[in-house]
Amino acid sequence: MTILVIAEHDNKVLAPATLNTVAAAVKIGGDIHVLVAGQGAGAVAEAAAKIAGVAKVLVADNAAYAHQLPENVAPLVAELGKGYSHILAAATSNGKNILPRVAAVLDVDQISEIISVESADTFKRPIYAGNAIATVQSNAAVKVITVRATGFDPVAAEGGSASVEAVGAAHDAGISSFVGEELAKSDRPELTAAKIVVSGGRGMQNGDNFKHLYALADKLGAAVGASRAAVDAGFVPNDMQVGQTGKIVAPQLYIAVGISGAIQHLAGMKDSKVIVAINKDEEAPIFQVADYGLVADLFEAIPEMAALA
Amino acid sequence: MKILVAVKRAVDYNVKVRVKADNSGVDLANVKMSMNPFCEIAVEEAVRLKELSIKEGRVATEIVVVSIGPTTAQEQLRTALALGADRAILVESAEDLTSLAVAKLLKAVVDKEQPQLVILGKQAIDSDNNQTGQMLAALSGYGQGTFASKVEISGDSVAVTREVDGGAQTVSLKLPAIVTTDLRLNEPRYASLPNIMKAKKKPLEVVTADALGVSTASTNKTVKVEAPAARSAGIKVKSVAELVEKLKNEAKVL
Repeated sequence: MTILVIAEHDNKVLAPATLNTVAAAVKIGGDIHVLVAGQGAGAVAEAAAKIAGVAKVLVADNAAYAHQLPENVAPLVAELGKGYSHILAAATSNGKNILPRVAAVLDVDQISEIISVESADTFKRPIYAGNAIATVQSNAAVKVITVRATGFDPVAAEGGSASVEAVGAAHDAGISSFVGEELAKSDRPELTAAKIVVSGGRGMQNGDNFKHLYALADKLGAAVGASRAAVDAGFVPNDMQVGQTGKIVAPQLYIAVGISGAIQHLAGMKDSKVIVAINKDEEAPIFQVADYGLVADLFEAIPEMAALA
Repeated sequence: MKILVAVKRAVDYNVKVRVKADNSGVDLANVKMSMNPFCEIAVEEAVRLKELSIKEGRVATEIVVVSIGPTTAQEQLRTALALGADRAILVESAEDLTSLAVAKLLKAVVDKEQPQLVILGKQAIDSDNNQTGQMLAALSGYGQGTFASKVEISGDSVAVTREVDGGAQTVSLKLPAIVTTDLRLNEPRYASLPNIMKAKKKPLEVVTADALGVSTASTNKTVKVEAPAARSAGIKVKSVAELVEKLKNEAKVL
């Protein structure tokens, strides 16, 4: 059995989610190869070669892969992936975009967002916003799988010494092009990788009040998230959304501030190690999943917490 | 131009589902079913593109809505017709189909209807797969704009702004193309009573999955479905000072 893991990167840096994906591959068992498809991504390939447990790094370097356009990357992955037992990618917006296209080309069903490996062909994944967990078995020759990072502790980023090999003819389907991107600039840790996450909900009342959360987050070295209610109300942008329809996080500490605890929000954070809820409504459902609950006015509690922490 | 919108009948998003005692699946008996929320956004976007084409004096857009599912999925198709779709197609199948099977059936409909744009929801809130649009794009050989927050058609291409992990990305796709919707693309309207009445007279064609000559065999098998591990409530603290003390000394996470 040989497993192909698709590296998540921006041509410069290997994203941490790749380490969780390799961890899932280790659980499946067998040789692990990592594909770095990009343009001028030499540093990413070097980083991938150092990942503990990786035997080989394949590098497809071409302008057609610079922006991870699925029309170009999916045929490459499908072509390379044919000889593998499994193809794995992180369930990031990028992995979710590319991998189903690969599965369709290979004519196999994909298994999305696995949270555990039961055996080489059997996996667990959440359905119905995490209200049920399905055990799914695949008899596909090549098993195409996206991996939810929070289900697997990352492997070590250092310690490996994989060989690096250039592969693949360029695929430029010529039907899509990259126009531009607007990425949020932040000095805070990335939401899905942060050890501590502070999230605000409708109780924040407006976007300006999120400054209280930013102050606390900066004190704690935390990332800042939001509930769908806060995003829908226009307080903060969608890339901060934690929940079934946003990002799935599982930090050491999750602090939910002014969040009622709708099912769809819980689906995105209930695997956090320690959950703190601060809400002035003592009936809020969030208290049913919180390890520590504080019934208080957040506008008093948050500055006080920032001062004490 | 012609826009094809695919919609799925799914459990209503307000329903908290329960796992069946025999672990064969979730209990959907007597549970409210609705149009999947992301599919509602897809219908709304098609209607807005049609309204824009009329406003700009271009050739009016035709909206064809399709669903793959049981007979009862006609309810969701009627809803889409009430929201502004012109005609509907039900590909009837009582089976629990995988995303790949659905994509293959949709491909057969695309081949027949030849739409310039296909809009789907990014995922269904039951299976949470997030696969069908991408798979349909692969099978059709079309470009894909997934997780769209903005869709702008100009000439023979469409610019799609996508919700990505770090922010937003814009891609340009040659038409025909596939778009899947994210939450912020639009806010779906409610159907008015006169439109609900009118929708009853709009054409709704029913075909069987078999008639489309598509194999819906699956490589995946659901072995069992369980309830997730419950998380028990912890304790209430009385003050911020107590909270910080517990986080530092008891939970050791600060």
